[in-house]
Amino acid sequence: MTIVSPSTTVRTDPTAPPPRPNRGRASGDRRRIRWWHLFLLPFCFLWVYPFLWMISASFKSRQEMLLGGLHLWPQDWTFDNFQRAWTIGRFGEYTGNTFTFAITALVITVVTASLAGYALSAKDLPGRKIVMGVLVAAMFIPHGYTIIPVFELVNALGLQNGLLGAALAQAAPGLVVPVLLYVGFFGGVPKELGEAARVDGAGYLRTFVSVMAPLAKPVTGTVVLMSFIGSWNAFFVPLVFTLGRPDLRTLGVGMYNFFGTDTTDWTGLAAGASISVIPIVILFLFLQRTFVEGIAGAVKS
Amino acid sequence: MTAVPAQRTPSWRRRRRRAVLWGWLFLTPLVVLFTAFSLWPIVASWWYSFFAWDGVGPPEVWVGLGNFAEALQASSFWNAFWNSFVFSLGALLVEFPLALCFALLLNSVLLRGRNLYRLALFLPVVATTAVIGLVLAIMLAPVGGVVNEALLTLGIVDRPINFLGDPDIALPTLVGIDIWKGFGITLIYWLAAIQTVPKDLYEAARLDGAGARQQLVNVTLPVVMPIAVVIFLLTFQRSLNTFELVQAVTGGGPVFATDVLPTYIYRYAFDAEMAAPRYGFACAVGVLFGLFTLIITLMQSPALAGRLRRSAS
Repeated sequence: MTIVSPSTTVRTDPTAPPPRPNRGRASGDRRRIRWWHLFLLPFCFLWVYPFLWMISASFKSRQEMLLGGLHLWPQDWTFDNFQRAWTIGRFGEYTGNTFTFAITALVITVVTASLAGYALSAKDLPGRKIVMGVLVAAMFIPHGYTIIPVFELVNALGLQNGLLGAALAQAAPGLVVPVLLYVGFFGGVPKELGEAARVDGAGYLRTFVSVMAPLAKPVTGTVVLMSFIGSWNAFFVPLVFTLGRPDLRTLGVGMYNFFGTDTTDWTGLAAGASISVIPIVILFLFLQRTFVEGIAGAVKS
Repeated sequence: MTAVPAQRTPSWRRRRRRAVLWGWLFLTPLVVLFTAFSLWPIVASWWYSFFAWDGVGPPEVWVGLGNFAEALQASSFWNAFWNSFVFSLGALLVEFPLALCFALLLNSVLLRGRNLYRLALFLPVVATTAVIGLVLAIMLAPVGGVVNEALLTLGIVDRPINFLGDPDIALPTLVGIDIWKGFGITLIYWLAAIQTVPKDLYEAARLDGAGARQQLVNVTLPVVMPIAVVIFLLTFQRSLNTFELVQAVTGGGPVFATDVLPTYIYRYAFDAEMAAPRYGFACAVGVLFGLFTLIITLMQSPALAGRLRRSAS
C-alpha cells in the first residue's frame, strides 16, 4: 500500500539519521515519533468514518436509520435499499451512462493528448512554442464560467441529445495536464529509438503507433486513471447536459432522484451513494500508485 | 532530427517537410478541441455578457456594461463573492499549512503505517463530491444525524446543532467539508514537493550537526518554498471553484448564506425556478469572477516567475 512511490522507502528522510552508525538515536527517534499516532489515528478516523457510515447505512432498514444511533453494524441487514436504488432510483441505467460518459471522455483524452504530446516533443516543430504557451497560459487564465458557450456549441453541433457532447465538454478543457505529461515523456525518449525505426523504414505514423505509444504505457496508465476518476465523479458537466434528458443522467446527478417533494429516501440515498462511490474507490485502491505518482509527477514538472 | 546544414539535401528537405506535416496532423485534434471547448468559450462569454439574453435565439438586446453594473450593485453578488472568498481563506489558511505538517510527518520512514494514513486522507479526493456532500448532509442533520448524536452523547453540546440549516453555521460547516474533501490532494502535492529535496543536502546538514528541526528549517523548507507557490495557486484555484459541494449540500441556502459565485451563476443561467434564464447576466458574473481570479493569480506571478527563472538556470 505505497501511496507515493516505492522509492520513498529507499530515500533518506529528513528526520532519518543514517541507519547503521548510530542505532541508538534511530530507536530514540522512532520512539518519539510513535506518539504522533495518538494524533494521527483520530484524525484519520474522521476521514474514513463517513465512508464506513455510508456503507453501513445502505444496509440498514429505514426504521433503524430514522432512530439514528452511532452503530456502524446494522441490526438487521437488508438489501432492499440497493434494490430500490437500482430499479426505482434508476441507478442501473445511470451506472451504464456513467461508464459510457467516462470511457468516451477517456478515449478522447488519451488519443488527443498522446498524439499532441508526441508532436510537441519534437523541438523543431514550427509553431510548437505558440501551442505550448497557449496551453500553459490556459492553465492560469481562469475559465470563469464558460459552460454557457460550451452548451451553445454542443447544441450547434447537434450533440445535445447524447453523452458525446457532455464527454467532449468534460474532456477538452482538461487536456493540458495529460498533454504536458506526454510531452515530458516523449521528450525524454532517446532520439536513437525514433531514428532506428526510421532506418527500418517506418514512417512518422508507424513510428508512433508501434514504437512510441507502447513505450508510453506508464504515462497512458496515469492519464487513463486521472481521466476516468475525474469523469466518473464529474457532476457539473453531466448535470448541465442532462437537464433536459433525465434518462441520460450519470450516478452523481442521479442522486437527486431520492429527494421526493416532501420525503427523502435516506437509506436509498445511502445505497445509491455506495453504488456510485465504491467502484471508483476500489479501482483507486488497486491502481493508487500509478494515480498518485501521476499527480505528483505533474506537480513536480 | 538534428541535421547539420551540410545534410540539407533535397531528400532531407522532403523528409523534414513530411515530419512537420505529420506533426501538425497529430496536433489537429488538440487544437480543434481546445480552441472549441476552452478558448472560444472564454471569448464568447465576454461577448454574451454585453447582452440582455435569455439563451433562446441569437443575442440581440445590447445592454453594454449594464449587466456588469447590475451585478456590481447587487448585494446578492457581493454576498456570493464574499462566500467564495471565505472558501479560499479556509483552504489557504487551514488546509495549506496543515497539509504541509502532515506531509512532513507522513514523509518520515520512521512512522509505522504511514502509507495507510496517506490512503485514508486521500480517500475523499477519489470519491464523488456531490455524493459525499449528500452523505455528510445526512450525517450532520439536527434530528437523527450521527454527528449531533455523538456530540450530545459526549456531552459537548446540550442541544443539537443545525449545521446546515442555520445561516450563521452553514458556511463554516461547508468550508470544513471542503477542507476535509480536498486535504488529500494538497497533501500529495506537498509530499511530491518534499521529495524533490536532494538527499545529499540532508547528509551535509547532518555532518554539520543539524538536528531534525534545523534540517527542517534550513534544508527542507527553503528547497520546498518555490514549489509551494504552485501548490498555493492550485489550492486557491480549486477552492474558488467550489460548485459541486455547495450545489449538492445546500444549493446556496439557507437564505443564500452559502451562495458562492459558481452557484450564483448557475442559478441565473440554468435554474428552472427562475422565471427566465438570464444568460447574459450570468456571463457577466462569470467574466467578473474570471477577472477576480486572474488578478489574484497575477499577484502571485512575481513569485511564479522567480520560480521559473530558477528552474531554468
